[in-house]
Formats: sequence, C-alpha cells, structure tokens
Amino acid sequence: MQIKGDKWTPILFITPSIVAVGIFVYGFISWTSFISFTKWNNVMPDYTLVGFENYRKLFNNMRFQIDLHNTFVFTVIFVTSCLLIGLLLAVLIDQRIKGEGIFRNLFLLPMAVSFIVSGVIWRWLFNPGSFQLGNIGVNQLFEKVGLNFLTCGWYTDPNIGIKAVAIAAIWQFSGYTMALYLAGLRGIPLELREAAAIDGANQWKTFYYITLPFLRPITFGAIIILGHISLKIFDLVVAMTGSGPAFSSDVPAFFMYDTTFRGNHFAQGASIAIILLFLVSLLIIPYLITTFRKEA
Amino acid sequence: MLRKWLTALVLVSMVVVFFTLPVLAESLSGKVEVNSWWTAGGEAEGLNALIKLYESKYPDIEFINATVAGGAGTNAKAVFKTRMLGGDPPDTFQVHAGHELIDTWVIPGYMQPLTDLYKSEGWTESMPQGVLDIVSYQGDYWSVPVNIHRSNVLWFNKTIFTKYNITPPSNFDQFFDVCDELKEKGIVPFVMGTKEGWEAAHVFESVLLGKLGANDYNGLWTGGVKWSDPRVTDALETFAKIASYLNTDHSALTWDEAGQYLLKDKGAMMIMGDWTNGWFMSVGFEGYGWAPPPDTAGIFLALSDSFALPKGCKNQENVVAWLKVLGSKEGQYSFNKAKGSIPARTDVDISDYNDYLQSAAKDWQKDAISPSVVHGAAASEGWTTEYKDIISLFVSKPDVSYTQKALVTAAEEYLKK
Repeated sequence: MQIKGDKWTPILFITPSIVAVGIFVYGFISWTSFISFTKWNNVMPDYTLVGFENYRKLFNNMRFQIDLHNTFVFTVIFVTSCLLIGLLLAVLIDQRIKGEGIFRNLFLLPMAVSFIVSGVIWRWLFNPGSFQLGNIGVNQLFEKVGLNFLTCGWYTDPNIGIKAVAIAAIWQFSGYTMALYLAGLRGIPLELREAAAIDGANQWKTFYYITLPFLRPITFGAIIILGHISLKIFDLVVAMTGSGPAFSSDVPAFFMYDTTFRGNHFAQGASIAIILLFLVSLLIIPYLITTFRKEA
Repeated sequence: MLRKWLTALVLVSMVVVFFTLPVLAESLSGKVEVNSWWTAGGEAEGLNALIKLYESKYPDIEFINATVAGGAGTNAKAVFKTRMLGGDPPDTFQVHAGHELIDTWVIPGYMQPLTDLYKSEGWTESMPQGVLDIVSYQGDYWSVPVNIHRSNVLWFNKTIFTKYNITPPSNFDQFFDVCDELKEKGIVPFVMGTKEGWEAAHVFESVLLGKLGANDYNGLWTGGVKWSDPRVTDALETFAKIASYLNTDHSALTWDEAGQYLLKDKGAMMIMGDWTNGWFMSVGFEGYGWAPPPDTAGIFLALSDSFALPKGCKNQENVVAWLKVLGSKEGQYSFNKAKGSIPARTDVDISDYNDYLQSAAKDWQKDAISPSVVHGAAASEGWTTEYKDIISLFVSKPDVSYTQKALVTAAEEYLKK
C-alpha cells in the first residue's frame, strides 16, 4: 500500500472533523449572528430582520452596561494577578528547592477542581455573616487573628461584587499560569545565564534582561488563555454569587442565559453571544496574526 | 450473545404485545416521561406520592421521573424549551398556570387543548373559576393544575412576637412601628434572601398589592392601570423603606437560608410564598405564625403548578392517564399534603392537613384572587424577567423615579405585544 504521494488519503482523514467543525462551530456562529438580527424575542421563532435593533436595545440596557463594566474590571484584575502570582510562584519553584514536585502539584491542584465546586466553596468562605448571627468564613478568620478592619461584605457589597469572584478565579488559575511560566523558565538555556553571570550581571539584572524577554511569548499565550476564560466566565459566577446586589457580580454570559431561557429573548441572547465573540476575537486575532507571521 | 438474543426476544414480544393488547384490554403500557423541577423535600415527596398512585393504576407503564434541579425552575425551563423548539417534546412538563403557560406555549401553538378531558372528568365543576380562568385561552382549557400556592404570606416568629407583645401588623404604619421596635431590641425586623434574583420581586408584588388593591394590581398587568400611577411610586418608596430594615447579608442567602434567622429567633418577619410552610415542617420548626402582608387581607395572590399536553408527544395516551391522576381527588389530596400546598379542586377533604393549609384553603374559597407575577401567572416570561431585574437592582440602588421609569418602559413594551 502506498501512502506517500497519495494526495487524497490525508484529505479523506481530516474531512470528517472539518465537516463537524464547519457545522458545529462556524455553522452555528453564522446561525447565531443571523438570529441576532431577527425579531425572535418570544418562544415562537420569528425571522423578521430588524437590523441592529437588538444591539441598540442591548447597549441601552442598564444590566448589560453594568455587565460590560464588570467584565472589564474582572478581566483586568484576573489576568494581571494571575500573571504576577504565576510568575512569582514559578520563579520560586525554579530555585531547585527540595520537594519541588509537592509544591508544583499543590499550586496546580485548584485547576483540577471544577468551577462549580470552587464557586460553592468560595461562596461559603466569602459569606460575610451578619451582625446578629456573627461573622463566618473569611471574616471570622480575620476576627480571630485580630484583623477586624479587614472584615467586609465581600460579594454582598455592591462596591466589591465581581472583585470577590475575581479572587476565587485567581486562586484557581494562578497555579496554571505558574505551570506555563515554569515550562518557559526551564526552556531558557543555562549557558545564557552563566554568560550573563560571567559578564558581571547580578541576579536581578539576569532576571530582567535574560529571563523576562525569554518569557514574553509565554506571557502572550497566557494572556490569551486567561483573557478568553474571563470573557466567557459563567459557571463560577452562577455557583458563587449569581447576579449579586445591583448586578455587581453579573457577567454578559449569565445575562445571556437569563434573557434567553428565562425571558425567551432568543434574539437578544444571540446578540450578547456575538458581542462576546467579538470581544474574544479582539484578543485572539492579533495572536493568530503574529503566530502565522512567525511560521511563514 | 445470549443477552443479545434475550433483548431481541423481549423487543419482539413487546412489539407483539403492543399490537395485540389494545384490542384485548384497555390497560396501557409503554412509557411516560414526566418532567418537573420537584427535587427537594416536600416537593419530591408529593411527586413520589403521585407516581405511586399512577403506578398502582397503570402497572404496565414505565414511569420516567425526569427532574431538573434549581429553584423556581429556571434550569428546568431551559431544558424544556430546548426540547420543545428542537422538535423533541417531553411527554409532559411542569408549567406555571397563567401567562407562562398561555403566552409561552399556548399562543405559539405548541400545546393541545384539554377541554374534552375537563368535561369528561368533571373538572369544570370541581375547580373554582379563578383556576379555570388562568388555564384557559379562547374558550379551551390547556393544562391541569395540581396545586395552589399563596404568594402573599407574612411569616413571623411567634417567640419574638410573644416576648415583646407584638401583634401581626395589618397595615404599613403598624408594620414600620413593629420594625422600629424590633430594631431597637437588636432583632432583624424583616429578613430576605436575594441570592437568586427573584426573591425581592416576590416581596415587592405583595407591597404593590397592598398599595393598589386586587383590582388595580391586576390592572397593572392588563394595561388598565398605568405604571406611572402615584400609588406605584408609593409602593416603591415603601419597599425602599422595608429594605432599610433588612439583614445585611441578604444577597449571600437564598430564601430558605434567610429563613434561618427566624429559626434562630434572630429575625422576626419575612414575606415568602407558602412553600415556606412546607420548609418549616421539614426542618421541624413550629414557632411560626402567619398573616397576610400589610394591607393585603382578603386578597389571595395565587400561583399554580400544572401539567400540559404538548403537540407531538410520543406517549399521548399515557400522558392523558397521568393528567387524569393529577386532576383526581386522591391525586390532589396526596400530592398537596406532602408538598404543603392546597388542592386546586375545592371538593377535596383536607381535614387532616396542617393548620396553615386549612386556613389557606378557607381563604382560597372566600378571598379575591390575584395572579402572582414572579411565579408566571400574571405576565409573560419576558416581562416577568425584566420586572425581576428592575426590582432586584432597586434593592441595592433605591432610586424611585429611575425605577418607576424603567417599570413604565417595560410595561409599554410588553403590553404592546
């Protein structure tokens, strides 16, 4: 049997997945964007086109405005904290310490937990308790160690809201970021560091001029991964807080679920999906462009 | 291999039985899949009581109890909708009688009318007009209600009320006097849990009812009364005042978690539907009393769970048999006793139900009946969702004029449709 040189065999092999991806990813993306331009805002499908009407309404909707703001706050806090904490942990573990494996696994473990589980646990931890029933969770801990001034309403305080959710997400994903960075650190040739040391660079300078530039592609990749997680975040919010007081922990994905399945606003839900897709593509497209350029 | 042969044998015999049995006898066979969101406590017990009854009557039907967990049925409804729209309708599913049933399913033409069943079973006689109204559209009946819940109930802790010699407040002035007094004593006067987003809107419908009365409250949902009415402003201001007496951790709690305040004698009052009665029973709490919320005496804000017959369901005859069990006296009796609600039929003997239910059943016979919004009876699901969002925001940001404007806009949009 001759495989080499046969043009059709490889195409035959990938056709099923191309068809499947074509239908289930791109097909449904086109279908969703079509729906977002229709009047389908009841259970009965109504494919009358209304142009950008759904989008106009959406941007006038107070809940959606709050959601966009929340997403922005969440993304900034979540991505930067994960990067910083991940890098710090990776650098610490990279010092060839004893029991490295244990620490590595310990830091990575939260990622193995589903968002639903961690959401429920963090809901209990951040439950502020009350004046009458006493402090519980994290607040109780603060009270026990005499840090009373740190106790607060957490996600029940409209001014904190989504930031409390971000803390839970950071807990879950900084270990993962650490793993990415650790791989990056291990990929830096030892000779470079040695050469820098011979040239008289101190630890800090080596880190700044050798390590960081080498980690740049990792950082880039991590931002993409973390960024799209934070734009799509849904399960953590649902399990941990719901919409929160004054929608302070509401996110577009949760609004999409609510308006589609509770309110029967299928077209509005589709518009939110398309806006989310647009936001994610803002992150992904520059990444794809640079990757393809490198490969070409 | 043997197993394969056995399976084939069973299949063949099933086919044979399927074709011969209808000729030989009337007994039904096959399957029936009943979808609901009754997964917890008394609800699940009630459902099990019904299943037992059904299985004893139709032992040859395989009963599939398809439940989807989640308060107020949000998740379950998402599943039903996906299946209905996808052309794979469930045999029958739980739906709130009223606009949720009519606007979402009946008007778009997804359901089959049940008028003949109503007549042959005599339900037109045994169910009160208030119930018949909310399950009918254009002269036909569309679903079989199993129970009636009351939305406007003020629950209070008897220990606290006796200790400070307080009687349940019957109007808002008295209500706020009681609140002030209790607040001084270090007790949370009014508790609420708002974690799931619908609870505040639930309390607000009682406030609206108190301020507008049964007729004009109904008018808000049918277009007879404008949302810009000064009494709505008054209701919002009152609600903002109520919110100032709340437990501070309300957004961390579901309604039953908030109920812990009452259990621990730390909170005095809460407004919640009468499933609270079932919950109190299930946690063994007896020190509770009930009254209508301020200014709503003589009005029964009702909601009802019902089951309907979708077009194109696979086991139609078995579903009809299920609906018959639901509407029967014994079905309504055993279901509601466990769930902690009252039967939709008025001819069921409920003398061994608990005190609350007996009093609710009496009120049901003599009170004016208004539909609940949050539980799908008064308005379409789209409007209900928007209403709930607006009120939920209002609890934390009590801006009366902004909120009223939002309510007016929502009403205009949905009354137009």
